[in-house]
Amino acid sequence: MTFVYQKLMGGKNGLTGFIILAALILVVFPMFLDSFRLNLLGKYLTYAFAAVSLVLLWGYSGTLSLGQGIFFGLGGYAMAMFLKLEASSPENTAIQSTPGIPDFMDWNQITSLPWFWEPFNSFTFTLIAILVVPAVFAYLIGAAMFKRRVGGVYFAIITQVIAVILTVLIVGQQGFTGGINGITDLRTLNGWDITSDSAKNIFYYINCFLLLGVIIVSRYILTSKFGSLLLAMRDKEDRVRFSGYDVANFKIFIFCLAAVISAIGGAMFTLQVGFMSPSFVGIVPSIEMVIFAAVGGRMSLIGAVYGTLLINFGKTAFSESFPEVWLFLMGGLFIAVVMFFPHGLAGLWQDYGHHITNKFSFIINGFNKLKAPLIRKKVGEVK
Amino acid sequence: MGGYTYNELGSIFAMQGFAGISLFSVLLLMALGLAIIFGQMGVINMAHGEFMAVGAYMTYLLATITEQYFPSFMPYYFIFAIIVAFFVAGFLGYLAEFALIRHLYKRPLDTLLATWGLSLIMQQSFRSIFGAREVSPTLPEWLLGSYQPIETIDIPLNGMFVLALTAVVTLGVFYLLHKSSWGLQVRATTQNRLMSGAVGINTKKVDRYTFALGCGIAGIAGAAFTTIASTGPTTGTLYIVDTFMVVVFGGAASLLGTIASAFSIAQAQSILEFFISGSMAKVYTLLALVLILMFKPEGLFASKVRR
Repeated sequence: MTFVYQKLMGGKNGLTGFIILAALILVVFPMFLDSFRLNLLGKYLTYAFAAVSLVLLWGYSGTLSLGQGIFFGLGGYAMAMFLKLEASSPENTAIQSTPGIPDFMDWNQITSLPWFWEPFNSFTFTLIAILVVPAVFAYLIGAAMFKRRVGGVYFAIITQVIAVILTVLIVGQQGFTGGINGITDLRTLNGWDITSDSAKNIFYYINCFLLLGVIIVSRYILTSKFGSLLLAMRDKEDRVRFSGYDVANFKIFIFCLAAVISAIGGAMFTLQVGFMSPSFVGIVPSIEMVIFAAVGGRMSLIGAVYGTLLINFGKTAFSESFPEVWLFLMGGLFIAVVMFFPHGLAGLWQDYGHHITNKFSFIINGFNKLKAPLIRKKVGEVK
Repeated sequence: MGGYTYNELGSIFAMQGFAGISLFSVLLLMALGLAIIFGQMGVINMAHGEFMAVGAYMTYLLATITEQYFPSFMPYYFIFAIIVAFFVAGFLGYLAEFALIRHLYKRPLDTLLATWGLSLIMQQSFRSIFGAREVSPTLPEWLLGSYQPIETIDIPLNGMFVLALTAVVTLGVFYLLHKSSWGLQVRATTQNRLMSGAVGINTKKVDRYTFALGCGIAGIAGAAFTTIASTGPTTGTLYIVDTFMVVVFGGAASLLGTIASAFSIAQAQSILEFFISGSMAKVYTLLALVLILMFKPEGLFASKVRR
């Protein structure tokens, strides 16, 4: 019990925050939002995966990646490739000159399925690929960079360049990737219609549970000894190195983990939105993911989720009515967060939150009563 | 290289090479500013491309005004445009340093984000002021046309002019950094900020003017840019990644490295573009750079300065 309470939830504040977040996305939002808005929210929550991964990578390890879109895209494209192959069965594509291959390949005069599309006929392979491909890719980048002690600004720029390369490649190789339009027209998952409202609802809940799961796993990592090492590395890398730790391996691990988390988000994005395109891979989406984490609080896993939701709802609201204002606002937000609120919403909550929580202290007291046996047990253990 | 004779190949290389020279000039001018700023302050200026766009828009503005009110002045306005572009971009850079960047010197990653925010704001300002359409100034007569040494080779004059301009600016920067007393202060601050402060150099002032100078050079790059392509609100963003690669590949704070890497990147891209599609040329160039940087993270010509 203590293990669950301390390690997985992060103590009193962590638990309260986690329960509030879970209640919001699992109960409150589905109750009050119609199915369209809920689907939109689900889409935003997939970005939250990337934001959470950046909390691990940037907030705790001090390694800023401007290329989380790469991994989001890898996950999303892997899922999209599977769904596309299912959607382009020979019966569905009978009017094409080569039936049985995705429509965009047919338009680009490709007559047989490229070899790297072949394995995506299998759902099991796709699920494994969503997790393994980004991890391997991140490992290659991470090993090459961190082993040579490249970090900081250089790392940020190299990841950004890789994001550019990937985008240009996807857009340029239209016949293999669907080009700028991406992979569209995805209909079924193992014969199950993913465009129906009920499917979207189910995906929304799967997405929520995955996100909460990712938060728990991340919390476990951060509260473990490894988490303390990450912090130590961020603040005094040399000292950790001189203490005999292999700094590079820790960084590679956290970079791979962040990549996998982002990729899960990408795969869920494809499932809920029904397409994947290079506009979720390049510089702009990648850096937007950083601002989600920054606004939410780069040191707060749960704050990152709120940051993502806040910015995306703001973006939707503003770009519908005043598109010009939105970029000004977004730019201002970047500057303001960096200059005045480096710990984002979570930092504000820590500084001013107690004014609010005092008013709701009866809830907190309720929690304390629930928790009291736990604490007593813990004290007992110490003795 | 199927289908081309050696003569044709020679001409292709020459012509694509000269086309690459325009790209080289713009990249070099951009990278010079970025390298000075990065080398001295460790600050990555994500808004650098927008300062270039400021220069380009200033040229456009000046061209429009001249065309409308002083048509007889048209042949000469471009020279003034370069100067105006330098000072306006430099002044904006000065303001940005004063308002924003000086508060963030201890946090380089945060500067990156803040300047990205600045670039978004500048992009939207361009869109609000000049419109979303791409614009290009009416160039003076003497910049149009081309020079034909032999029949199959056609060298555009604007490329030659931009190259000459780049040479002048590069020499100027070199002189400023290595021969003037201000340059001495800049180099001292780059090498050891604390000691420079201790011997009486006002490092904050040096920072501010260095940043302004870097942005001003980006403004000149913008003026040069108008001769080879049209300018839109997002023009700066298109070049910023390439420019970073130039700086990183060349080894920060090395003038020679910056020149060499700008030249190789621009030429590789331009010559490859002829044989494969433009997007793949970019992919191969960037990929090669990333791979080289993975094996040689300090760049081509690393400065031997102890930090």
